[in-house]
Amino acid sequence: MDIKVTINGVKKVFNADPGEKLLDLLRREGYKGAKRGCSTGDCGSCAVIINGKLVNSCLIFAGQADGHTLTTIEAIGTVNEPHIIQRTFVEEGAVQCGFCTPGMILATKVLLDKEKDPTLTQIREALSGNLCRCTGYVKIENAVIRSADKMRSE
Amino acid sequence: MFKEVNQSRLKVDGLSLAAGKALFVDDMDFRELLIVKFMKSPHAHAEILSIDTSAAEAFSGVHAVIHHGNTPRIPHTTAGQGHPEPSPYDTYMFDKKVRYVGDPVAAVAADTAEIALEAIKLIKVEYKELEAVLSIADASKPGVPVIHDEEDSFGIYDREKNLAGHVDVKVGDVEKALADSEFTVEYEIETHYSQHTPIEPHICISYLEEKGRLVLRTSTQVPFHVRRICAKVLEMPEKNIRVVKPRIGGGFGTKQEVYLEYYAGMITKLTGRPAKIELTREEEFISRTRHPMAVKVKLGANVDGMLNAVEMDVISNTGAYGSHALTVMFNAGSKCLPLYGAENVRFNGSTVYTNLPVAGAYRGYGATQGYACLEQAMDILAEKLKMCPVQLRKINHIKKDETSPIFAALGEGKEGVPQFIKSTALSEIIEWGEEGLNWSDTKPHTEKTGRFRRGKGMAIFMQGSGIPLVDMASASIKINDDGSFNLNVGATDLGTGSDTVLSQIAAEALETTTDNIIIYSSDTDMTPFDVGAYASSTTYISGGAVKVTGEEVLKQIRMVAADMLKCSQEEIELKNSIATSKKDGKTKTYGDIAKYALYINNQFQIGYIGSHISPVSPPPFMGVFTEIEVDTWTGKIEIIKYMCGVDCGTAINPKLAEGQVEGAVVNGLSYALTEGYLFNKKGKMMNGSFQDYKIYNIEDVQGLEIKLFSTFEPSGPFGAKSVSEIGINGPIPAIANALYNAVGVRAVRFPMKPEYILELMEK
Repeated sequence: MDIKVTINGVKKVFNADPGEKLLDLLRREGYKGAKRGCSTGDCGSCAVIINGKLVNSCLIFAGQADGHTLTTIEAIGTVNEPHIIQRTFVEEGAVQCGFCTPGMILATKVLLDKEKDPTLTQIREALSGNLCRCTGYVKIENAVIRSADKMRSE
Repeated sequence: MFKEVNQSRLKVDGLSLAAGKALFVDDMDFRELLIVKFMKSPHAHAEILSIDTSAAEAFSGVHAVIHHGNTPRIPHTTAGQGHPEPSPYDTYMFDKKVRYVGDPVAAVAADTAEIALEAIKLIKVEYKELEAVLSIADASKPGVPVIHDEEDSFGIYDREKNLAGHVDVKVGDVEKALADSEFTVEYEIETHYSQHTPIEPHICISYLEEKGRLVLRTSTQVPFHVRRICAKVLEMPEKNIRVVKPRIGGGFGTKQEVYLEYYAGMITKLTGRPAKIELTREEEFISRTRHPMAVKVKLGANVDGMLNAVEMDVISNTGAYGSHALTVMFNAGSKCLPLYGAENVRFNGSTVYTNLPVAGAYRGYGATQGYACLEQAMDILAEKLKMCPVQLRKINHIKKDETSPIFAALGEGKEGVPQFIKSTALSEIIEWGEEGLNWSDTKPHTEKTGRFRRGKGMAIFMQGSGIPLVDMASASIKINDDGSFNLNVGATDLGTGSDTVLSQIAAEALETTTDNIIIYSSDTDMTPFDVGAYASSTTYISGGAVKVTGEEVLKQIRMVAADMLKCSQEEIELKNSIATSKKDGKTKTYGDIAKYALYINNQFQIGYIGSHISPVSPPPFMGVFTEIEVDTWTGKIEIIKYMCGVDCGTAINPKLAEGQVEGAVVNGLSYALTEGYLFNKKGKMMNGSFQDYKIYNIEDVQGLEIKLFSTFEPSGPFGAKSVSEIGINGPIPAIANALYNAVGVRAVRFPMKPEYILELMEK
């Protein structure tokens, strides 16, 4: 079946199997920043943004993305031109193995797009669906706070 | 004093990871890739009487089915340790017997995962169920079934008693000292199953490169051990195998196991096609785990609180196979007992087989389990002595220039090496914690009332830095035309930041900046040897190798610079990638020097391969001071404050070092409070998902206060010791001590879930 989406600002048509999960389609099409950590929607490493909302792409069928607007980590910034959030995550030591990092950064992006000056509770709630086993979350929390500060003063 | 180390340089692969660009195992596409799935044993202990794979083999899209009948039978260990591994050779690619629920019976390689899983349903296996051993207590009872009764395994201490390993080490006369002591304590606990849960599960892709050699692209902490063990199991020369470690999504010890790679390699060998094995999250939970241990500690002290005797008895459960069976058990003693300076010490350890999931290396590596008991016993002793528990530690803990006979008596599966403490900030850490938590205000649990009761607890710890005289690391450095350097290391960055830390050490040694170092790590064809990322060795041992290599390259730079600047080598000053002649102030950049050596005169490649081992394993130290609040209606423990001070020598990269401690502490907190395995009566693990096995998320973390205390370890690179493991040891004993201070009950089983705390309080 054909699936029409706007992904990272580009209109594309993908061919997907009826039972295929969105994560599998994305990875097959080269969007490798979405990672597979559990396939049950618990870890958030496969997160992508669909119509402004954070979605675990392992949980939904590719067909459910038809007609929608998708953003993956690949559109947030690059190594040479990183987004403030990406740069700040690295500066704050919030990246260790980096497997959860794309999901964490997308979760942060969704939060900060909506809330310029989030409370600690809002930050924690926004990132609570993304598991990290390396950092203990301390530096991730700092990175979100610092990202918000920097984005406000831009 | 330092220019590049002891600085929080940005992680060298950080932006690539943050941009989703860094390549993990599964981030490369392979044509004709086969997906491999395991058929797993439904029984905890059974003989396979027959296996019929004909229908599965005939199934469209299936390309290979492997099982005990058509694969080599090579006894080996999956423990990714140095050669010869101190773990029993009791494992086979497939065996005629299964020893835990989940033991691989067969593997199917197919065009898709769905086809492989359907084909597995077509395999007919006839089992003869055997009685299963499902607890530490049952493992060595008379008449229990022998789990490893096969004839060709070896290195098992006493198979008839299901004993994988055993040791009994005595220093002085503990029995007499205990009898003579005015105060004694005996305390016993049992720690629980848990899993590392790296967010990237185990994964390996194997393929043939253009000359027909087998490449294993794998999520491993030990690429060189993967090559050696796979060569043995696949009956291939090592020269025909290349192991590549790309970025790794966390390991914490579970990727120190070599057990997926040879299945993938076997499929590729048979079919000529690339093959991928990726564990599901459920499979990850029964891949490798932490050894549960029954630990008993006896302490003897005089009225002044000085310890006369310390005895530790450990029975460790290695599950169905003896991966790290001996060494994890040894470490419960060797990493805990030297902390206190008693003259009479005994360590009596056994490791038993059970028909439960296989244990292996896990951050903390036995010390975590040992301290869970020892540091509670110390508090119990303090209470008997009517002494402040902080004071009891202060007078007994090992200090600078002191030694312990245990260092020499107990190593990793064999005797250790004698050593003296040359760096420690433990006394300062204890004072910091005492003050920060207002320890002098601590009241006993008998004075506490009401629904919510607060309690304070503390504990102290040490770990090690690599395995002395065993762990070897090497590094190669060459200069490029522009004065930058390629640094190739066998050391394995599994997310720890070692690529960054080693680049900083190279830059410091080479009198250049970290951004001039191009690091490439962990590829058995391209990088020199390193034992891998385990035993808290990378910064200390691999860092040592990088430092000596850098220093040798610097000598060559100095020599060429002297030739160019027409002065003696002693007159050359090297700083910030520039050579200056002290004679006339003339300068040459590293780029000038490189080009001169490569193109102009007496041409040669400036470069060197250096190696490093250490005769000692200097311990990092840690003190934990915590305040908790117990809800006496629900039994829930809430962390109010968790202060953790760590002495890791010179922190090469303070931000990354803090991150190691924070990660270990939070992992330890959820190990202490929420993580645990639920087994059914037949030994099947029932909660293999993040919904049913609770690891901490960001909302669970509160009250952390982590502080690094700087010391200078003379045997370490620029004063560094290890940092990555020690943090995980703290939560169980510190919280258990705080629990006692809050409500007067002692936790002997874990995790300390609300229902268990209520049960204790009702007793």
